[in-house]
Amino acid sequence: MATIQEIVSRETPLAPGHRMCAGCGISPIVNTVVAASDKPVIIANATSCLEVTTTIYPFSAWKIPWVHLTFENAAAVASGIETAYKSLKKRGKITDDVNILAFGGDGGTYDIGFQALSGALERGHKFMYVVYDNEGYMNTGNQRSGATPFGASTTTVPAGTHSFGKPQWRKNIVEIAAAHRIPFTAQAAVHNLLDLYNKAKKGFGADGPAFMAVLQPCTTNWHYDSELTIAYSRLASETNFWPLYEVENGKVHINYKPKERKPIEEFLKGQRRFKHLFKPENKHVIEEMQKMIDEEWERLLQLEAAQVRF
Amino acid sequence: MSVTKPLTGAQATAEAMRQINPDVVVAYPITPQTPVVEFFSEFVANGIVDTETIPVESEHSAMSATVGAAAAGARAMCATSSQGLALMWEVVAATPGLRLPIVMPVVNRALSAPINIHCDHSDSMGAATIGWMQIFSENAQEAYENMFLALKIAEHPDVLLPAMVLQDGFITSHGVENVKVLGDGIVKAFVGDRNPDRYLLDVKHPYTIGPLALPDYYFEIKRQQEEAMINAKRVYLEVGNELSRLTGNKYPYFEEYRTDGAEAVIVVLSSAAGTAKDVVDELRNEGKKVGLIKPILFRPFPYKEMREALVKFAVVGVLDRSMSFGSYDPLYADIRNSLFESERKPKLQSYVFGLGGRDIFKSEIRQVFNELLSGNLDSEHHKYIGLRG
Repeated sequence: MATIQEIVSRETPLAPGHRMCAGCGISPIVNTVVAASDKPVIIANATSCLEVTTTIYPFSAWKIPWVHLTFENAAAVASGIETAYKSLKKRGKITDDVNILAFGGDGGTYDIGFQALSGALERGHKFMYVVYDNEGYMNTGNQRSGATPFGASTTTVPAGTHSFGKPQWRKNIVEIAAAHRIPFTAQAAVHNLLDLYNKAKKGFGADGPAFMAVLQPCTTNWHYDSELTIAYSRLASETNFWPLYEVENGKVHINYKPKERKPIEEFLKGQRRFKHLFKPENKHVIEEMQKMIDEEWERLLQLEAAQVRF
Repeated sequence: MSVTKPLTGAQATAEAMRQINPDVVVAYPITPQTPVVEFFSEFVANGIVDTETIPVESEHSAMSATVGAAAAGARAMCATSSQGLALMWEVVAATPGLRLPIVMPVVNRALSAPINIHCDHSDSMGAATIGWMQIFSENAQEAYENMFLALKIAEHPDVLLPAMVLQDGFITSHGVENVKVLGDGIVKAFVGDRNPDRYLLDVKHPYTIGPLALPDYYFEIKRQQEEAMINAKRVYLEVGNELSRLTGNKYPYFEEYRTDGAEAVIVVLSSAAGTAKDVVDELRNEGKKVGLIKPILFRPFPYKEMREALVKFAVVGVLDRSMSFGSYDPLYADIRNSLFESERKPKLQSYVFGLGGRDIFKSEIRQVFNELLSGNLDSEHHKYIGLRG
C-alpha cells in the first residue's frame, strides 16, 4: 500500500501554472487518480473547469495525452479511444499498454453526459470515468445540476420569498453506475487522497468499466474562504452527507463510518448557497435534509450488511 | 482487375469500407443509412474484416466515439443520415477544427418535421458550411468509388479534414445496380494505412487535442481550416487522377453531360442527374440543344470552374432537393454566386423538387427544359416541380 508521501512524490500529470482557482481541489484529484495507474494514462475530458483551466491555447498544463471534444461525450470519446487501442494493439501498430480515463464535472456527468456515460458503461469498455462533483455548473456560475443538493440556492433555482432553493434531492449517480453491473464504482472526496488513490487503483485494475464520484467543494460558488476546501470535504463525510464507499463486484463496502455523525448544519454553515436555510422560516428544510441524510446512511449500512450484489 | 457485383448503394458503401478495413467503425442505426452499418457488421461477425466496432447508444455518441478513435490514432468511420446527422451536428461541427480526417458516408434523407424517412438533401445541406468536404454520388458505383477518393483526400497532409460521401436515401441506398468492384489488393495499396504524425496512443509524445482557444487564437485556427479546404480542391484532382488509373473513371469537380453547344442546361445533384441524363438524350435526339451539369464536389465548391462552364450557356436551371427557407436554395445559391465575376451571365431559374422523397419524372424534367428554352424565367424566385396545388 502506497503512502501519501510516495503518491505525492510521483510525477504529476498536471504542470504548475494551470488556471484553477486558489483553493480548488480538482488538481489534487487528478494528480492522485493518475498516480494510481501503473501504465501511461490517456485522458478524455468533458468541457468543464478542468478543461478550460488547463488548456488555454497555446498552452497546455497536460504532460500526458489528453483530448477534449464537447460537453456531454467524454465517456463516448473514451470508448472510441479504448476501441482504437484494442484495434491498433491487435494490428501491431502500437506496443504500449495504457489506461484510459475520462474526467467530467457533475453537469457533464449527471445531466448532459448521462446517456453517453450509461452507453459506455453498458458496452463494457475498459476505462475509468471520474466525476469531480462540485454539485452544480460551477464553471458557468453556479447553476443547478442533477448533483445539486436539496436546499441549495443556485442561479437557476435561487432561494427567494417563494423558494428555498432546490426542492429535489440529488441523483445517486454511484448507485446508478453500479446498477450497470460494472466491476467497480466508488464515492470518494478530495480530503481523503489515500482513500481516493486506493479506489483509483482498484478502478484501473478492474476488468471492465469503473466509475468514481469525487466530491470537490467549490470555493468560488459554494463561496467560502479558499483554505477551507479540505475542511468542507471532510465535514461532508463526517455528517454522512457524502459517505465514502465503494461497490466492488457489486458489493457495498463503506470506507469511513464516523464514530458520531455531526449534524448537517456543521457542513452547511459558512457556505453561501445554504445561507438562506438558517433563516427561521427555512428550519424545516434543514430538518428534512437531516432526516434524508440519516435515512440514506441507514440504507447504505443495510446494503453493506446484506452483501447482496448490485 | 475488377468484378461486377449486384449491390445496393448501401452495400456498395459497406463493400468499400470492407476493402478499406478501418481500424474502428462506429455503428448506430438510422433509416436509410442502417444497411451500411449492418452489412459492415456482418463482415465483422464473419471475420471478413478485423475492424473493431462500437455499437453506440446514439448518433451523438457515434460521432464522439469516432472522433475519440481518430484522435487516438485509428482510421475511424461512422455513417449517418437525416435526424442522426442533426443529432450529432455539434460533434460534426467540432471535428474539422480538430483536423481529424474522418470519412462519413451520409445517406441523404429529409429532416423532421413532419417526420419522413425518404430522400431529400435537407440533412447534409444544413451541414454544408461547417468544414467538412462533401462529395455527392449519383449512383452506387460513385458511392463506392467516392469512399476511396474521400479517404485519400481527407488524410492528405495538406488537407486533414473530414469528408462526407453522400448518396440518395432509398433511391441509391436501397436500389440494386451492377457495381464494378476493384480487387481487394488494389484498394489496400491505394488507401494504405493512416499514419498520423500525432495521436493520443503515442504515449511517449504526449499531445493535447481540443484545447480552449480564446479571441487571441481562435480566428487563426479557423483561417488554417479554410486553407486546408482550399488545398482540398487541388488535392481532389490529384487523388482523382490516381484513382482514375485504377477504375478508368474520371473524377472532375462536376460532370458535364452533353453540354457541347447546349443552350439550356440543368444543374442537379445525385440520383436525379441520372434521370435527367435520359431526358437530355431524348431531347438531343429531337434536336434540342440541352445538357446537364452534375456537381460532385460540393464542398469545397469549385466556383471558378463552374463559372467557366456555365457562361457558355444561354440559360441554366438549378434543381435543388432541399430548401434554404428565407433564402435562395443551397445549390442555386452557389451557382448564382459562381457567376458574379462574369460579365456574361446565363439566365437562371431555381427549381425545388423531390422533398420528402417525392419522385421526379422524366416528363417533369422535359417540362423544365421546355420552360428554360421558352425564356419564361424569374431568377429571383424558385419554381416547384411536382408540387400539388
